Amino acid sequence: MVGSHVRRFAGRGTACALVLGLTACGSSSSSQEDGVVTVSVNGLPPETQAIDRQNFEDDIAAFEAAHPDIRIDAREGLMDPETFTAKLAGGQLEDVFYVYFTDPAGLIERGQAADITDYLDEFPELADVRPELRDVFRDDEGRAYGLPTGNYSMGLLYNRELFREAGLDPDQPPETWDEVRTAAREISALGEDIVGFADYSKNNQGGWHLTAWIYSMGGQVAERDGDGWRAAFDDEAGRAALEALHAMRWEDDSMGTRQLLEIADVQRMMGSGQLGMYLAGPDNIPTIVKQFEREYDEFGLAAMPGEATLGGGDGFMVNPDASPEEIRAGLTWVRWKYLNPEREEEVTRNAVEAGIPVGLPQPNLWQGESQRIVDAIHEEYANVPLENYQPFLDRADEVEVLVEPPNAQQIYTVLDGVMQAVLTEENADLDRLLSDAADRVDDILATVR
Amino acid sequence: MTAHTRTPRPAPVAAPEQRAARRRVPPRRGGRSAALRRNLAAYLFLAGAVVCFALFSWYPIVRGFLLSFQRVTFTGADEWVGWENFQRLFDDPLFATAWRNTGYFTLLALVFGFAAPLLTAVVLNELRHGRAFLRMAVYLPVMLPPIVTMLLWRWIYDPGPGLLNNALEVVRLPPQAWLESENLAMVSLVLVSTWANMGTTTLIYLAALSNIPGELYEAAQLDGASIRRRLWHVTLPQLRFILMITLLLQVLGTMQVFIEPFVLTGGGPDNATVTVLLLLYRYAFVYNDFGLASAMSTVLFLVLGVFAACYLRLTRTRG
Repeated sequence: MVGSHVRRFAGRGTACALVLGLTACGSSSSSQEDGVVTVSVNGLPPETQAIDRQNFEDDIAAFEAAHPDIRIDAREGLMDPETFTAKLAGGQLEDVFYVYFTDPAGLIERGQAADITDYLDEFPELADVRPELRDVFRDDEGRAYGLPTGNYSMGLLYNRELFREAGLDPDQPPETWDEVRTAAREISALGEDIVGFADYSKNNQGGWHLTAWIYSMGGQVAERDGDGWRAAFDDEAGRAALEALHAMRWEDDSMGTRQLLEIADVQRMMGSGQLGMYLAGPDNIPTIVKQFEREYDEFGLAAMPGEATLGGGDGFMVNPDASPEEIRAGLTWVRWKYLNPEREEEVTRNAVEAGIPVGLPQPNLWQGESQRIVDAIHEEYANVPLENYQPFLDRADEVEVLVEPPNAQQIYTVLDGVMQAVLTEENADLDRLLSDAADRVDDILATVR
Repeated sequence: MTAHTRTPRPAPVAAPEQRAARRRVPPRRGGRSAALRRNLAAYLFLAGAVVCFALFSWYPIVRGFLLSFQRVTFTGADEWVGWENFQRLFDDPLFATAWRNTGYFTLLALVFGFAAPLLTAVVLNELRHGRAFLRMAVYLPVMLPPIVTMLLWRWIYDPGPGLLNNALEVVRLPPQAWLESENLAMVSLVLVSTWANMGTTTLIYLAALSNIPGELYEAAQLDGASIRRRLWHVTLPQLRFILMITLLLQVLGTMQVFIEPFVLTGGGPDNATVTVLLLLYRYAFVYNDFGLASAMSTVLFLVLGVFAACYLRLTRTRG
């Protein structure tokens, strides 16, 4: 135990140094020389993803050729909450940095992203980006702080082979929670090591998915209450979500015995052919296929059962210390690389040549004509079985896509506990769980400004 | 007339400590610069350590203390908020839960982690054959990277194909939800921690045991003392100081438990394994609330400070 003591002290010292020690050093990493603006961006794929990295570097070369007054300083990494603040404090944060949809509200509130509203007039084509996605990056006064570059909505990812083995039709996946429950029972009856349905319950991911469950039951996690917010899940919808989970776990025994799972565990179960269904966005499919050497034919995607689902996505924001020139250059890059329907055909063709999947249902960032153009190109070049995702698209108009609640991560921590209790305690008091969690979420939402 | 002859009294023989103390008194003239010159190399060696400690330990501690009174954004717009962060901290129901859980972990770790290495060391010390091999075997888990240890135990605890439940099945006992049960989860974490860390403590006890004079055991044996009485009346009193030291270090270490709940349970089920450091991590890196995290860190620092003071007092007294 003494060894652990020494290690912990060393670890803590390093963490403190990382978090706090960097606050006093560092400077902006971009520069402007001879009329050429250098802008640092992240999102460069690591060397282990050679093809993606090469594509990214080719894009940089093409961009710089088309924009001789801008130079791109590309760096690896996406949004890492553990290093983000240290990088910001140490002046090491890129001028243009990647975020998930859960990040912008907090970053805007803390002044950790630049206001780009006045620059957007120079990019009129961005008005075609779906407004509900752009709103994720706006504050209450409508000021813009970033741009969305990807989106997803949660659906039901399933193993078509296990459906067949269980006597279910993989082209007619479940559309209601009752049907999910029946299918999960049938699949788990295939063998002791086969799990019908799995869900997360660790590291905030359980709270994230419980939010999707509550939405699908017609409920809300948080709602406006005058100028503030309050918890809204201690109701019939919240109770229905917990009852469905509890029934599958304890009455049907179709969720397996191992709980406290997170995304990597569930993807591993799906990748090893031991799992029938779980809630996921379309982007999970290539991850499973690539990591576990599976085929796209093996998986299907249905819409979220019920009436609504949780949507999310990603995008880019700008360093609050960036100069006007750097902001302009950064937005030019984001627009050119990620929000550029005119380049879609070329990008898609390259993706197909590189073996990158084309034809998955999302992202769908655009509205009107722009989205139709993009969809037509994807259909033409598709290299994945589009029919496997048709159930997802068929119900797209019926299933409302709702965004995450304010202070999402803190709320997810509370809902994580609820999810864990339902999946690990057979005699869990669902009413008490909901009311206790609602009280705690009320406290969290009271701090939303 | 008796002449009182003044015979000079012999100078009292100074105790060795006094002689040494006299030698340490610096010469009056040119002493400081001479001493500086004499010790220059030592000061230079010391400077590196001082700079490192100042940069990576003392500065973060002071900065963390200041941050606990600020609303922190790291954009140069930090605001002083007085006791607000501490108020929010004490209002968080998980604050009490985390301390309760950490206290429980520490208590369990003392029960398992304190007795296990001591017993192992005593047994190893008594062995005639295979001692070197077993000593290495006990120390082996310490050499594993902690994350590997955690992943290994995740498999051992797996309620399906896990090693423990399969072992229970062999002896016809019902399977257990080692990590999924509120009652068992913390005990399971303590077992992992004990297994992973007891090697070092065992080696310390072994070294201390080898320093106990053999005559004490021989005398006790001649007096007819049984093994249990020899352990109680010879071994434990002789190890008293080292036991106190490891106890305090263990309290300091176990109160900072993090990686076990972080990897194995994520604080669940139903917050049964949320510890102080895990909550601190969430405040800082999940909620991005460094003011709150620093307030928590300050509270932890003060609590650990009490134990650290006890440790220092004990070692200085002994020294």
